[in-house]
Amino acid sequence: MTEVLAASLPPGLLLVFGAALVPFLRGNAKKLWMLALPILGLAQIWLLPADFSWVVEAYGYSLEIVRIDKLSRVFGTVFHLAAGLSVLYALKVDDDTQHVSALAYSGGAIGAVFAGDLVTLFVYWELTAITSVFLIWASRSERSYKTGIRYLLVQVLSGVLLLAGTLLHFAETGSLAFDNLGLVSPGTTLIFLGFGIKSAFPFLHNWLQDAYPESTATGTVWLSAFSTKLAIYALARGFAGTEILIPIGAAMTAFPVFYAVIENDLRRVLSYSLNNQLGFMVVGVGIGTDLAINGAAAHAFAHILYKGLLFMAMGAVLQQAGTTKASELGGLWRKMPWSAGFCIIGGMAISAFPLFSGFVTKSMILTAAAEEHHTIAFFVLLFASAGVLDHSGIKVPYFAFFAHESKAAEKVRGEVPWNMLVAMAIAAFFCVAIGVFPAPLYDLLPFPVEWTAYDMTHVVTQLQLLLFAILAFVFLNKVGWYPAELRSTVLDTDWFYRKAAPAVVRAVGGVLGRAVVGAKELAFASTDKVIGGLERVFRPGADTLGEPWPSGRTAAFAAVVLVLLLVIAYFA
Amino acid sequence: MSHGHGPHSVPPRVGKWILIGLYVACAVVFGLDFFYEKHGHYAVEQWPGFHGIYGFVCFVGLVLTAIVLRKIVMRGEDYYD
Repeated sequence: MTEVLAASLPPGLLLVFGAALVPFLRGNAKKLWMLALPILGLAQIWLLPADFSWVVEAYGYSLEIVRIDKLSRVFGTVFHLAAGLSVLYALKVDDDTQHVSALAYSGGAIGAVFAGDLVTLFVYWELTAITSVFLIWASRSERSYKTGIRYLLVQVLSGVLLLAGTLLHFAETGSLAFDNLGLVSPGTTLIFLGFGIKSAFPFLHNWLQDAYPESTATGTVWLSAFSTKLAIYALARGFAGTEILIPIGAAMTAFPVFYAVIENDLRRVLSYSLNNQLGFMVVGVGIGTDLAINGAAAHAFAHILYKGLLFMAMGAVLQQAGTTKASELGGLWRKMPWSAGFCIIGGMAISAFPLFSGFVTKSMILTAAAEEHHTIAFFVLLFASAGVLDHSGIKVPYFAFFAHESKAAEKVRGEVPWNMLVAMAIAAFFCVAIGVFPAPLYDLLPFPVEWTAYDMTHVVTQLQLLLFAILAFVFLNKVGWYPAELRSTVLDTDWFYRKAAPAVVRAVGGVLGRAVVGAKELAFASTDKVIGGLERVFRPGADTLGEPWPSGRTAAFAAVVLVLLLVIAYFA
Repeated sequence: MSHGHGPHSVPPRVGKWILIGLYVACAVVFGLDFFYEKHGHYAVEQWPGFHGIYGFVCFVGLVLTAIVLRKIVMRGEDYYD
C-alpha cells in the first residue's frame, strides 16, 4: 500500500506541491507541515524499489520522468536531508515567500536528480532557477533585486544551453535518455556548458559569489545545498570520465582560495569555498573510475552538510550581529558559544581533519587522482586542501567568533533561537558521524567500496598538512604578514558584465547616439535647403512659378507635357 | 596581529596554551613519519614530513600571492553602487 502511494507522485513533487499549501496554514500546523514534507519525501524515495522507473508517453516520445538508481538516490537522500535541516533552521522566519520558494526549489532539485531523460531534467532545471531567485530577492533591497536579475539571467542561460543541446542531441541520435553523453557532438557540448555554468566552472563561476551572499540569513543555507550539487550530479551522470573535467576541476579548487583570503564578507568567503569544494567533485567526475565517482558522490553528500552548517553559523552571525563582514566582527564566542562550536566543527569537517566527514570523502578523490597518475591535479588538490583550511577552517570561525573584540559583538544579545541551534547541532552530528562511521555513507554510493580512509599514512599525512598549515597561519600573524580584513569589493569576472559591458554599451551607445544626431542634423539641413529652393521657386511674388499664369501659357505647358509623355510611351 | 579593533578576545594565557598544543602536535605528527612505513603514490611523498612542509609552504605562498592579488582586484566597498 505504502509502495503504491510512493509510486503515485514523482519524487520532489511532494515538496513542490506541498509548498503551495504553506501560505494557507498557520502556526504550528504550518511548521509541522513544512517539517513533514522532506521527511515524507525521503521516505518515498526509500520505499520505491531501488531500480524504479516511471516512463510516460507524450506526443509520441517516451519520457522517463523517474529513474531511481544508486547515483540518483544518494543525491536525492542528501537533498532531502538538506531540505529538512534548512526548514528547521528557517522555521521561525515569518515570510511565506521564502518558505514556498525554498521548498519548491528543493523539490525541483530532487525531481531533477531522478529525471531519466533530458527533457524532464530541463523542466526541473529551470524550476530550480525560477524558484531560487526569490530567495535572493527575499532580502528585499535594491541591491538584492539587481543581483537576483543577474542570477536569474545566468541560470536561465544554463537551462537554455541544456535545452538547445538536448534538441541537437536528439536530432542527431534520436535519444532523449539522460545517460553518459560524453563530449562527442555540438549537442552534448552545449549540455556540458549548461552543466558547467551551474557547477561554477572557472570564468562561469561568478554568479555564485555574486548572488548567494545577497540572500537572507536562512536563504543562503537553502541555496548552498541544491543548484551546484545538482550540476555535479548531472556531470557525474552525463560526463563521467570526461578528462577535460580534471584540469577544469583542479583550477576550480585552486583559484577561489586566493579570493577567499582577501574577501571580507564571510558569506562570500564561504561561496568561494563552495566553489573550491565543487572543484574536488569535478575532478572526481573527470577521473571517472569507480573510486573517483564514489568520491565525488560521497564528497557532495558530506559537503552539503558541512557547507550548510557553515552557512548556518554565518546566518546566525548575520542575524545577531547584523553583518558577516570580517572587518566588523570578532569576539562573538562569548555571546554565541554554541554557534561558535558548531562553526568550528563545520570548519574541521571541510578542512578534512581525520574523524570528520571531509576526510573520509575527499581522500577518495585524491587517492583516485594519484592512482590514475594525474600528478599535477593531485598536487593542486593537495595545495587546495591547505587553502580550504585557511578560509573555511581558520578565517571564517576565527574572524567571526574569536580574533579581537568588536563593536558588533557588543550589540549581540545572545544565541540564536533553539530551532537554528538544533539544525546546526544535527548538521554537526552528521559531520562527525560520517567521519567516525563512514560505512553507512559508503553503502549509499554508486559502486561497491573496497577502501578505507583510516590507515596510518592517510591520517598522519593529512594531519601534517593541516597542522603545519595552521602553523603557517600563526607564523604569518606573528610576523604581521597575514592580510588585515578590510572593507572592500573584490573584483572577479562579474566585473566584465557589471562594469565593462555596461561601459562598452554606453560608449557604443554614445557613438551611435552622436551618429544619429549628426545624421538628423544633416537631414534637416538638406531638407531646409530643398524647401528653401522650392520656396524661392513657388513663393507668391517670385519671378518664376509663383506668379499667376495666364490660361494660354498653362495650356501650352500642358501640351508640352503631353507630347513628352507621348514620346516616352512610344519608346517604352 | 595586523587585524584588530579591540583587545584579543581569547585570554592570552589560553592562547599561549593553544599555541603550545599546536607546536607539540606538529612535532608529533612530523616525528611519526620516522616510525611507520609510508605508502604514498609519489616518491616525494616518502620523504619524512613532506606533507607538513608542503602544507606550510602552500599556505604561506597562498597568502603572499593573495596579498599581491589584492593590490590588483581590491576596490572600495561601494564600487558597484
